[in-house]
Amino acid sequence: MAFEGLSERLQGTMTKIKGKGKVNEADVKEMMREVRFALIEADVNLKVVKEFVKKVSERAVGEDVMESLTPGQQVVKIVKDELTELMGGEERKIEFSTKQPTVIMMVGLQGAGKTTTTGKLANLLRRKHNRKPLLVAADVYRPAAIQQLETIGKQLSLPVFSKGTELSPVEIARQAIEHAKTEHLDTVIIDTAGRLHVDEALMQELKDIRALKEPDEIFLVVDAMTGQDAVNVAQNFDEAVGISGVVLTKLDGDTRGGAALSIRSVTQKPIKFVGMGEKMDALEAFHPERMASRILGMGDMLSLIEKAQSSVDETKAKELEEKFRTSTFTFDDFLEQMSQVKQMGPLDEILKMLPGANKIKGLENAKVDESQMDRVEAIIYSMTTKEKTTPEIINANRKKRIAKGSGTSIQDVNRLLKQFEDMKKMMKQMSGMTNKKGKKKMGMPGLDSLFK
Amino acid sequence: MSFFKKLKEKFAGNAEAEESTEKYKEGLAKTRTGFTSKINDLVAKYRKVDEDFFEELEEILLQADVGFETVLELMDDLRFEVQRKNVKDTSNVQSVISEKLVEIYQAGEAEINEINFVEGLTVILMVGVNGVGKTTTIGKLAHRFKNEGKTVMLAAGDTFRAGAIEQLDVWGQRVGVDVIKQSEGSDPAAVMYDAVRSAKSRGVDVLICDTAGRLQNKVNLMNELQKVHRVISREVPGAPHEVLLALDATTGQNAMIQAQTFKEVTDVTGIVLTKLDGTAKGGIVLAIRNKLKIPVKYVGLGEKLDDLQPFDAQKYVYGLFAEGLDKEQQLEDAQTDK
Repeated sequence: MAFEGLSERLQGTMTKIKGKGKVNEADVKEMMREVRFALIEADVNLKVVKEFVKKVSERAVGEDVMESLTPGQQVVKIVKDELTELMGGEERKIEFSTKQPTVIMMVGLQGAGKTTTTGKLANLLRRKHNRKPLLVAADVYRPAAIQQLETIGKQLSLPVFSKGTELSPVEIARQAIEHAKTEHLDTVIIDTAGRLHVDEALMQELKDIRALKEPDEIFLVVDAMTGQDAVNVAQNFDEAVGISGVVLTKLDGDTRGGAALSIRSVTQKPIKFVGMGEKMDALEAFHPERMASRILGMGDMLSLIEKAQSSVDETKAKELEEKFRTSTFTFDDFLEQMSQVKQMGPLDEILKMLPGANKIKGLENAKVDESQMDRVEAIIYSMTTKEKTTPEIINANRKKRIAKGSGTSIQDVNRLLKQFEDMKKMMKQMSGMTNKKGKKKMGMPGLDSLFK
Repeated sequence: MSFFKKLKEKFAGNAEAEESTEKYKEGLAKTRTGFTSKINDLVAKYRKVDEDFFEELEEILLQADVGFETVLELMDDLRFEVQRKNVKDTSNVQSVISEKLVEIYQAGEAEINEINFVEGLTVILMVGVNGVGKTTTIGKLAHRFKNEGKTVMLAAGDTFRAGAIEQLDVWGQRVGVDVIKQSEGSDPAAVMYDAVRSAKSRGVDVLICDTAGRLQNKVNLMNELQKVHRVISREVPGAPHEVLLALDATTGQNAMIQAQTFKEVTDVTGIVLTKLDGTAKGGIVLAIRNKLKIPVKYVGLGEKLDDLQPFDAQKYVYGLFAEGLDKEQQLEDAQTDK
C-alpha cells in the first residue's frame, strides 16, 4: 500500500491549470490541499504542515511561471525548495572540545536505535576525524544493553567503558570521563537508556549526566518512522536536556520520514546523520534535498523537472506548436525536437520518471532503442534543405540517395517518411480537437510511435 | 443511559475488570492529556455540531496518527450518525465518537483478541521491525502465561543483533522460564527447529519465539522470516498458532505498510501495540484494524512486568475518554440533585 506521491496527487490539479502564465490564488489553494495531504501522509505533524503550507502559499501566489515549467510544476518546485531550506540551513560540523575529552551524549526513546548509532558514530569519528572514541555503557535498565554495546565495541575494536548495572548512570559517566583522560581517549560517547520524554525521574538523570561536563554534542536519536508524536518527543527532550543535533535512524526502510521536518521545525536543531542500514558503517551525512524529495514521495519527478528546466527551451516549444497548427512542421523542427528530448537523458528512463508512468503496464520492460534515434537523425541529415521542408518531393531516386548517404535502407527511409506524415496528420487532428476544448496539447505526441 | 455510563457499570463490581481498567486509565494518562483534552476543548468551544466542529475533530484524529483515509471514512460515519440520532449538542458527540471507535476495534468479532491456545504445544511467533519492543513483550507475555499456570519456553531467534540473546536470557531468568538459544550469528531457523523439538520433548504448553527486528522492505530478511515460519509449521502441524506483530505506538503511517507486508509473509494473527504509555496515540492501529482486519491483542501500558494487558476496545476507549466520563457523571449528578 504505497502512498501516492505528491506529484501523482498534483497531476489532476495540474492538468486543469496548465498553460497559465501566472499562478493565481485559487490554483495555489487547490494545490496546497494536495500538498497538505501528501505531507500528513508522510507523517509530518499537522501543525507543522499548516505553518508550512501557509508560508509556501504566500510565496507561490503571483509568482511568474518559469518558461519551462507548468504552474503545477512550479508550485512543486517552490514546495520542494522551501522544504529543503527548512531542513537544511547552515551545516554545522560536529563540535570537538578544545579541552579533552570531547563528550557526546546519545538520548532518545526506547528502541530508537541509540546503542547501534553509538557504535556507528564512533566508527565514523575514528575513520573520518581520526578520533579515539570511548563507548560508555550507561544504559543500566534494559536487560543486556551493556552486553550489546560491548559486542559492538568488540566488532569495531573500540574500548567500551562499562561498570555493570550496580552504579548509577551518572556515576558511570563521571568515571568514564576520568578514564578517558588517563587513557588519552579524546572522544567519549555516552549511550544512555531509552526513556519516555514524559518520565520526569529519568529526564532528571540526563540533566545530571549533562551537568558533569558540558557535553559538546547531545544527539537526539529518532526513529524515522515516528508519526505525529515526533514533535512532542523532540520538544520535551530539547527543553529538558537541550539537544544539539538529531540522528534519524532506520531510514533504509520505506517510510517517508516526515518526522524529520517536524523535529527540525520545532527544535530548530540540525539533523546531522541518518542511519541507512544495519552495518556499522551505515551512518551517513544528512542531505536536506534528498529528504525533501523523499517526504514528498517524488524524487524522480523533481529531477525530471530539473532536467526539463535545463534542457527544454519553452520558447522554441511554442514555435513548434505554432508550426504544428499551421502544418509548417518540417524535418528540421523534428530534429530540433529530438535533440531536446535526447538532452534530457535516456528515453526509457525519462518515461519512467513521468508521474503515473509506473501505472502503465509493461513500461517497466520498455526499452527504447537509442540507436534507432541515431538512424532517424542520420536519415534526416542526408536530406537536402528542400527535401526537409517539402518532403513530398522525395521520389524513388531521392530515397535511394538518402538511404545511401545515411547508411540505411530504402525501407528505413520509407518508414520515417510515413511516420512523419502520420505524425503531422495526428498533430493537426489533435490541435483541432484541443483547440475546441480550449486545452493546450501535449509536448511531443507521436514521438513514441516512431521508436517502436 | 450514556455510552460511558454503560461501560463504567459493566466494569464495576468485577474486581479484576476494575483493576485492569485502572491500568488502562493510568497507562493512557499521557495519551489522554493530548487526545481527550483536545476533544474536551473542542466540545467546550463549539456549542453546535457543525462543519467547523467536524473539521477540527478531523484534525485531532489526524494528530493521533489515524491517517487520512480512515479519518475521512470515520468522519463520514460520524456525520451520518449525528444526523441520524439528531445530535445537536456537542457534549453528546463524545459518546458517539467513542461508540464508533469501539465498533471499529471490535469489528463484530467477539473475543478474537484472546490468544488461540491449543491442546498440547502452542507456538507463538513474535515479529516486527527493529526497536519496537519484541523481546520485552515476550518477557511480559511469558510472565503472564506463567502466572496463568502454563509452562513456558522461549526461543532466542534474534541471532543478529548484538546482545539480543542475552536480553532474552535475562528475561528468562527474571520470569523463571527456559530459554533455548544458540550462538550469535547462527541460523535462526535452526534455533527454531531446536526450540520446537525440545518444547515438544519437555511437554511445555507455550513456546514463544523471538525473531530479529527487520524492516519490511528488506526482501532477504523477510524471506528468512518465511523460512522460520515454515520450519515451525513443519515440526508442529498448525503452528505457529499465533503470529504477533509488535508495533510501536509512536510509529506513523508506515505501520500500515509494516502490517501489510508482515501479514503477507507470516500471516500475522494479531498486533501487540507497545509503548502506549508515552504521549503517542497509536491511532494507526485503528486504520490497520479497519483496512487489514488484524485485531489488536495486547497493549503495552508501562515498563512493569504486568503492564502488558490484553487489548479491550471498551477499556481502551474508556481510558481515552475517562475524563469525559467523569464530567458527564458530574453533570448528571448535578441534574439529579436539582
